[in-house]
Amino acid sequence: MRKSWWKILSFLILVYTIVAGFLGDVPRLFILNETIRNLYFHVCMWMAMMVLFTLSIIYSIKYLGNNNYRYDIYAKNYAAVGVLFGLLGYATGAIWANYTWVTDQGQSLGAVLKEPKLIGAAIAVLIYCAYFVLRGSFLDMDKRARVSAVYNIFAFSMLFPSIWIIPRLVGSLHPGAPGSDSGNPALNFKDIDSRLRMVFYPAVIGWTLLGVWIGTLKIRLELMKEKSLLHE
Amino acid sequence: MNKITAHYLQRFCSILFLACLGSINSFAQNQPEMADTMRSNGKIYVVVTVCLVILIGLFLYVWRLDRKITRLEKNQ
Repeated sequence: MRKSWWKILSFLILVYTIVAGFLGDVPRLFILNETIRNLYFHVCMWMAMMVLFTLSIIYSIKYLGNNNYRYDIYAKNYAAVGVLFGLLGYATGAIWANYTWVTDQGQSLGAVLKEPKLIGAAIAVLIYCAYFVLRGSFLDMDKRARVSAVYNIFAFSMLFPSIWIIPRLVGSLHPGAPGSDSGNPALNFKDIDSRLRMVFYPAVIGWTLLGVWIGTLKIRLELMKEKSLLHE
Repeated sequence: MNKITAHYLQRFCSILFLACLGSINSFAQNQPEMADTMRSNGKIYVVVTVCLVILIGLFLYVWRLDRKITRLEKNQ
């Protein structure tokens, strides 16, 4: 049970997220209706992804600092779980968009495909997929660790324009973009409802802790597998 | 005389009734549709229970995996 309090905390928070997320009171909004509850699930996937990618880049920089192979394993596995959460966020977003943008607002497929937020997120996740392609293409371990650590820094820097800056500048159906208040009210952090905050913020922490937990399991397995390579 | 009063009363009532209907209708249009029936007949609790079962199962699985890895680490 050593240092496992945060795993239990993650479980308790996610139980709270589901109970309060389904039974709690939410603002009544047109178009979104009950789907506003997706805020506790879909948006949290992206938040967890960002935290995992941040952990990954921290360990990549640490690797470049002292060439400890252990940090390369950390960076790789946190990035892997981050990509998993990104794909889950993408899949859930596709379902949500189908029922709010396409069905209720009658947006054409062309309009949905032009969404800057969707394109940006796809670019971001694909850049991280390329990180694994790059890793797989090296036979030399040290070279792989060093080049992929540098690439990881590039991949993380690409998150800034692709998912944080451009979607906020360009008009979009997605909440948070300028002009999105026309017919699609939701996650502007300025006017997000306090009833939503009560569940949303804990939910972000709960899902993130679950992602980190899965990441540590992968790391521990790989550390055992690569034990002979670690000079310890 | 009585007959005429009854007639007017009847008309008044029917207009009132129609007005009520109209206002209910417009009220329904102004109010976003939510899953209120789901909540009133209690079926939402089924969804919550199902999701909780999935969550508990998922966490038990990850927890057991964690224990197994810990045991492996100790045996090394």
